[in-house]
Amino acid sequence: MPSPSLNNVSFSINGTELLKDLNLSLEKGSFNVVLGPNGSGKSLFLRLCHGLLQPDNGQLNWNGSQTLPPQTMVFQKPVMLRRSAKENIMYALRNCPKGERAERAQQALKWAGLERLSGRMATVLSGGQQQRLAIARAWALKPEILFLDEPTASLDPGACDYVEEHVKAMHESGIQVLMSTHNLAQARRLAQQIIYIQDGRIMAHQPVEEFFTQPACDEAYEFIRREFVIEPVTKIKSV
Amino acid sequence: MTDSQSFLSAFLLIFQWGGDLWEIIGLSLRVSLSSVVISTLLGLPLGALLAVRRFRGHHAITILVNTMMSLPPVVVGLFVYILLSRAGPLGVFGLLFTPAAMVIAQTVLITPIVVALSRQHFQQEWERVGEQLRSFNIGTMEALPTLFWETRAALTTVVLAGFGRAIAEIGAVMIVGGNIDHLTRVMTTAIALETSKGNLELAMALGIVLLALALLVNVAVHLVSHWSSVRSGGK
Repeated sequence: MPSPSLNNVSFSINGTELLKDLNLSLEKGSFNVVLGPNGSGKSLFLRLCHGLLQPDNGQLNWNGSQTLPPQTMVFQKPVMLRRSAKENIMYALRNCPKGERAERAQQALKWAGLERLSGRMATVLSGGQQQRLAIARAWALKPEILFLDEPTASLDPGACDYVEEHVKAMHESGIQVLMSTHNLAQARRLAQQIIYIQDGRIMAHQPVEEFFTQPACDEAYEFIRREFVIEPVTKIKSV
Repeated sequence: MTDSQSFLSAFLLIFQWGGDLWEIIGLSLRVSLSSVVISTLLGLPLGALLAVRRFRGHHAITILVNTMMSLPPVVVGLFVYILLSRAGPLGVFGLLFTPAAMVIAQTVLITPIVVALSRQHFQQEWERVGEQLRSFNIGTMEALPTLFWETRAALTTVVLAGFGRAIAEIGAVMIVGGNIDHLTRVMTTAIALETSKGNLELAMALGIVLLALALLVNVAVHLVSHWSSVRSGGK
């Protein structure tokens, strides 16, 4: 299974360098979570790795090859075409033999527990249902690498659990996962490795427990410290 | 005759008037529909291209198209007249004062509207779905049919808006058509002529038909928008 490696990769928009000198090699089949403050470049990093953006400098390799392996991306706001849930999956499978599409789409809906919504217009589904459908669509594509850009950012806890459970299942089936999130607890639950990005630079790339106990840089320490500081309860208001 | 009596007799005239009225309405529809079809065939692909591709001169073309949306019809009429007149570059075809000349003038007027409005819809849709389609490994040109399909409701309103502009147009068709009876007389030019002759009932009768057509177009636009909104859950 190919795995991405970045060598001195940088990316700019209108002369502003937004990702700088990225050097990284990801372990095959690993589950990497990208953390970092807002505007640090997490989404750009994922898009660059996925091939939606082209680097200005440096190289992105897949085990020495520049050919992208089968991969797909799930976005923070699920993107649905104006057609039924099943047709949305079938559309993504347009490179498969025609006869297989309907069956694979049905299997994906079953896997995601969305069979009853098969014929419903995808754009009228709730945000949570749309994200579940996006995950099902990604599963149907049988990718070797799955990119997720803050997939649970606007979901309720139940929908979050669902997404986590299914992403975990996909990883356990052998799919390499690269996901960004702001949810540190979620990162801790899911990740094997943490990539910490700030100001467009990779500041840390560590195993998850090591990152949360001994972060490799002060910036990462400051970032996780805020989340884990709990104000001591000094007084409970009597009712 | 009071205003209400004039209005009533105009209504009666619509039903009493024989072949001439239907000939004028028929020609108006033929000219407008022909120009809308041509504008749609030219304008929608250009609108899509401007929405999904960035190339040298892209901004200049976009500004030009947007500016051309507000082209004065008489200026377009004059421009087409010069092109089609005997001394003009297209004079050999002998198209001046024919319905074909009117179709050309209306096409020049409507195409920028179709391009500019469709570009906006294509661009909004491309911003919504573009990344996801590229994530499915679908190239930009390969994605165009999907983009057309996803924006179909909005595009229908664009085409209907173009038709509305064409059917109500007078300045350009008057100049290049010449308002010749039984040849190039359409509803708008006939209204202008009958009003100048003081034949207000006839002018009003044609005006009522024109308004009815405009109303039909607007109802169609509204229904298409409403249907689209319901289908896509208002998104």
